[in-house]
Amino acid sequence: MSGTNSNPYSPHTDADRAAMLKRVGIKSVDELLTAIPRDALRPRLGLPTGMSEIEVQVHLESLAAKNRPAAAGPFFIGGPVQRRYIPAAVPVLALRGEFLTAYTPYQPEVSQGTLQAVFEYQSLLSELLAMDVVNSSMYDGSTAVAEAAFMAVRATGRKKVVIAREVYYQFRATLETYAKGPDLEVFAVPTDQLAANAGGSACLIVQHPDSFGALVDVRPIAEAAHASGALCVQVTEPHANALLEPPGALGADIAVGEGQPLGIPMSLGGPHLGIFATREALVRQMPGRIVGETRDARGTRGFVNTLQTREQHIRREKATSNICTNEALAAITAAAYLALMGPTGLRAAARNGVAKAHALASRLTAIPGCAIAMDGPFFDRFQLRTQMRGRELKHALAKENVLVDDGLHHEDRDGILIQCTEMTGEEEANALVSAVQRITAGAREAVAAR
Amino acid sequence: MTAIRTQVVPESGVKTAVPALEPLLSEIHQAGRAGRHVRGGEEADTLIPQQFRRRASLDLPEITEPQVVRHFTHLAQLNYAVDTGMYPLGSCTMKYNPKVNDRIASLAGFADIHPRQDDDTIQGALRLMFELQDLLAKLTGMDAVTLQPAAGAHAEFTALLLFKAHHSKRGDDAKRRRVIVPDSAHGTNPASAAMSGYAVTTVKSDARGNIDLTSLKAALGDDVVGLMLTNPNTLGLFEEHLREVCDAVHQAGGLVYGDGANMNALLGVARPGDLGFDCIHINVHKTFSTPHGAGGPGAGPLCVKAKLEPFLPHPRITKDSDGSYRRGPTPPESIGRIRSFFGNFGVLVRAYTYMTTLGEEGLAEASNDAILAANYLLALLRDSYDVAFDRPCMHEFVLSASRQKKQGVSGLDVAKALIDEGFHPPTVYFPLIVPEALMIEPTETEPRETLDAFAAAMNRIAERAKTDPSSVKAAPQHAPLARLDEVSAARYPKLKWLRPT
Repeated sequence: MSGTNSNPYSPHTDADRAAMLKRVGIKSVDELLTAIPRDALRPRLGLPTGMSEIEVQVHLESLAAKNRPAAAGPFFIGGPVQRRYIPAAVPVLALRGEFLTAYTPYQPEVSQGTLQAVFEYQSLLSELLAMDVVNSSMYDGSTAVAEAAFMAVRATGRKKVVIAREVYYQFRATLETYAKGPDLEVFAVPTDQLAANAGGSACLIVQHPDSFGALVDVRPIAEAAHASGALCVQVTEPHANALLEPPGALGADIAVGEGQPLGIPMSLGGPHLGIFATREALVRQMPGRIVGETRDARGTRGFVNTLQTREQHIRREKATSNICTNEALAAITAAAYLALMGPTGLRAAARNGVAKAHALASRLTAIPGCAIAMDGPFFDRFQLRTQMRGRELKHALAKENVLVDDGLHHEDRDGILIQCTEMTGEEEANALVSAVQRITAGAREAVAAR
Repeated sequence: MTAIRTQVVPESGVKTAVPALEPLLSEIHQAGRAGRHVRGGEEADTLIPQQFRRRASLDLPEITEPQVVRHFTHLAQLNYAVDTGMYPLGSCTMKYNPKVNDRIASLAGFADIHPRQDDDTIQGALRLMFELQDLLAKLTGMDAVTLQPAAGAHAEFTALLLFKAHHSKRGDDAKRRRVIVPDSAHGTNPASAAMSGYAVTTVKSDARGNIDLTSLKAALGDDVVGLMLTNPNTLGLFEEHLREVCDAVHQAGGLVYGDGANMNALLGVARPGDLGFDCIHINVHKTFSTPHGAGGPGAGPLCVKAKLEPFLPHPRITKDSDGSYRRGPTPPESIGRIRSFFGNFGVLVRAYTYMTTLGEEGLAEASNDAILAANYLLALLRDSYDVAFDRPCMHEFVLSASRQKKQGVSGLDVAKALIDEGFHPPTVYFPLIVPEALMIEPTETEPRETLDAFAAAMNRIAERAKTDPSSVKAAPQHAPLARLDEVSAARYPKLKWLRPT
């Protein structure tokens, strides 16, 4: 097919290719491939042939249409990934080609946009968490937890890590996998037994609000960690910090969390944003890139990647982490989100979640046989226990197009989890309440009939 | 704030205005300004017990939307990007990032779905992932794929945990404590080995840029976990004794990890699975055109041979006999979970879209053009710069500015001078085994006239190094900033702004 490219993004005409071959002094690219074993050269792959852009668009739209977006009905699934309002300007700014199609800012003179935006992210998060230093991102909340444990192990020289069972189970499971690398001992204990297990540990890992939404008194846990020479790692949620005392004020040495709620789409769990913050004294143990302020040769303020002697491209096997590609664009997105929301908007979003969760909890617990599964105060999500198994109730609700999560977050606590945010609508709440009423009443009658 | 500096347009040499620097958000702040994206919920304050309420101040900047939009737009304009020009960073594959991929990833059916939804509510997404697994397996000649790793380094760590599980099953994990890497390897390779609790043995390269076979054989033993190998390697060269290398590692009971950073040379050219590798990761943000996002997100699917499949992270996407897709149950020997959920799905959607657009012929053509473009550029530059290892390259090549160094101009100076010529510099000082290294990867999406303009710029700089080295050392003059002081940045770290007042 002379003159027609198979790759629609190739700018090369046949004349270009002929001229290039001639300049190289060959007749065919195959003359350059003599190092490749003959029997392995140019295999048939069995992939489909290419499509036009319109065909691709139609095909992918048909796949997208087979998914049920959160907006397509009542939706109460949450946890580390939350349906939050994304201001219109956020994707417009963060997805600009100059951010989206740039590489890691290795050449700071032509990367000031990235570097300053990430510096702003670090500054905004540092204020939100009341922590001294924030890195430019980890992959997600779970790998941030695992890297926090590794950092605590480096800082203390101890190999025992204690994590609360009320930390998101996805985070705990990831930590357990990571721990197989350097052979760390991981103990999962109930939050109220963390302090008692501090002895000999590198860190205590606590989540506040915990995976069920319960508020946790972090201070005594941090004090117990410090008393035994361990670090306190707090898993946090970005919006909660607008209303709750932040990790830096509670005694946390490392604060980590999932940053997706800061303007990043849910996208089935990625790409998201691992938040990682620490105290100044520990900064040289920190994993990941960090942007710092400096001056150029003319004395003008500018920004660079700094403290790079912690990183793999300089230190190789002695680096604090192997991380290279990170989630910088998500950090830039979060910076744009926080700049647009400001303290007022962020507080309002957080307050909406809290207010709606509490209103919904009151209505649901008025239904016979329904109770909140936790004792103390909660934030913007809660676990509801009914006479049905959580999974069973979840499936029954899903049949009515009401999506909730079940109790899989914790091995011993069954129920459904209800997450509220500023996106939770009045009609959605009504739909959930009436569906739970109907389904649990049906279940009670079935039990009575037996 | 809006002072204007000039920048050179590469093909024409015309100087044009670019926007200058931008104040910080904290400097734009004015107390009392706010948008109205979300409001209400005041009753929440009384619902939170006093002891938990935030007492620390919350001094986030207060800025209204018009100023925020200009701020980030101005910042964006300070960046060089693939969308603005040729970005020949070696080993990074800065090819064009198609816009249709971004639009599709933003469809509500892909962007507005939650990973805790049940399988029957995300059938389209699961099918996409299932098909992507299949495409990648066919392309690499491997048997099974996990889409979960967020990046190449994440895949490396994952693979080493698979290796550990494999050796453990055979009962000799305890004695296998060393990972071998060539001296040309990416820094992530030894760093991943260290994270996995292993020691690192570095093996040198031979005079033709291959891993040195004799040294490798001497380094092998029954305490070796495996070898981590990039092919084509970071010199842009295809390993000439690849099968012998892999055989030697296998004979010692080790496994061979393929670092797939340079897969853009191999699409339809050769499959790592046919060459002796036990697994290979794919940087979809390199080979499959997903945007690098100023440092990430990427995605690093890991493709493995059958012997490693039982250990893959869970869940994996499977297809039932009724044609429905689901996240399968946890295999008993799985290493477990390596991240919260199932991969950087939004990135994987873009990769799938790209592969579907190009198809088998288009992908093969991409690698062919990438190899041709690199060799063409090498031919245009070989008289002005030293060539590190002089044999045909694959999709990238490494020059040395050693000659220029004797004239007082370093590899870094050449890089900064390229900025004044309107180009992003190549990768510098990597691989570590080449002095004053300039690692150049043009990719298949730069037109010939741009390649010519880049070569002309490089050759002009080489000429200036001879005649006027101080002008090269003073570069860049036409970027938003002159060279930055990285030493004091590290010595006196200032890692955030002062609070807005």
